[in-house]
Amino acid sequence: MLAKRIIPCLDVKDGRVVKGIQFQNLRDAGDPVELARYYVEERADELVFLDITASKEKRPIVYDVVERIAQEVFIPFTIGGGLTSLDEIRQILSRGADKISINSAAVENPDLISRAADSFGSQCVVVAIDVKKVSRDRWQVFTHGGSRQTDLDGLEWAERVSLLGAGEILLTSMDSDGRTNGFDLEITQQIASSVSIPVIASGGGGEPAHFEDVFKKAKADAALAASIFHFKKYRVKEIKEFLLNRNINVRI
Amino acid sequence: MISIVNYGVGNLKSLQNAIQFLGFESELISSPTGVLRAEKLILPGVGAFSFAMENIHKLNLKDALLEKVGSGVPILGICLGMQLFFSRSVERGEHKGFDLIPGQVLKINGELKVPHMGWNEITFNRTSILNKNLPPSHYGYFVHSFYCQPEDSNTVIATTEYGGTFACAVESENIFGVQFHPEKSQELGLQILKNFSEI
Repeated sequence: MLAKRIIPCLDVKDGRVVKGIQFQNLRDAGDPVELARYYVEERADELVFLDITASKEKRPIVYDVVERIAQEVFIPFTIGGGLTSLDEIRQILSRGADKISINSAAVENPDLISRAADSFGSQCVVVAIDVKKVSRDRWQVFTHGGSRQTDLDGLEWAERVSLLGAGEILLTSMDSDGRTNGFDLEITQQIASSVSIPVIASGGGGEPAHFEDVFKKAKADAALAASIFHFKKYRVKEIKEFLLNRNINVRI
Repeated sequence: MISIVNYGVGNLKSLQNAIQFLGFESELISSPTGVLRAEKLILPGVGAFSFAMENIHKLNLKDALLEKVGSGVPILGICLGMQLFFSRSVERGEHKGFDLIPGQVLKINGELKVPHMGWNEITFNRTSILNKNLPPSHYGYFVHSFYCQPEDSNTVIATTEYGGTFACAVESENIFGVQFHPEKSQELGLQILKNFSEI
């Protein structure tokens, strides 16, 4: 049976992991490769690196990071953050990343999704969708790190990106993100049950039970989280053992 | 030296990295002479079956590969590479493969999400060179929409469940195939690559 995936997310700026990560055993807690190695040993199923470097001129730093990660990490990993062109996507995949994730650029230029899928295969195209609840049954899509509201409805946009050739959807609930009160089960469930591609739920995972809910109730295929792991509140292994005890299939 | 056949389908960086990490040497080859020189071959691949076979024909690799495999050189097909060993596939119309392993490549059916993407359990049903030093079952990383159905069940060394049970690893003399990606399946995947590299 296919396992539900647990995916730690790391923010990388100028080639360094940011957001106060506290690990005693690491020589250099800012080194993406060292942290990646740690999470691989913890049995993370995949890794997502979000490049939050502001300037495009510094893009080559990320290419170098991708190359170094690919030399030592033998689980799938995704690179996202500010990617706008097919050439940038090619640069990242050719250095050994398995997937790329696009967000704002996909909204501005939906054609990029199909072009990337045609060129490199749907399996490496993750479309990240940030949504915020605006009324009882409507979630609006936001771009540019949540700073810009679009006219798009979350569910409609998810269905559209799936038809355009996205291989996976990384769905972040802006209402839940950073709060550790649990994933947004409602919109996750709606999207996961209406698209034929896997949905990675993100935002709000703070307790093992939140992961159980997002898999059992919302039918997510994977769950992504950052602070719960970085601040060592729970280890990936602990969450997985909890899930296994509740009959959720995970890779231990 | 492990010769990885580069016929324009998919990214080979991870595979090269994994082989290097294990302490073996690899090279990318894309010509018949490259194939004929090889001591050990890996046929990787992602994408559509017909497109892959077309590229192999364009590069004149088919006869060289058949000759080399016929002479007993070990070959490992990964993902689409394994599927190409079979007689035919129904992906986007019916297409002929290498016919090294009698059988067909069929669409995953059922109500499950396709592609079958993620970690799934691999259960070995017999010992093989490939599963040396491995537990009887472990997880491997899969990304595929079609699966192999060999005519001779003796060629199957491992199976996986997804909308039914299918062969995820095969062995027929010097021909080996895995549907999952050993280069992305952490230490157990690397062990499979190591086992093949040490033949």
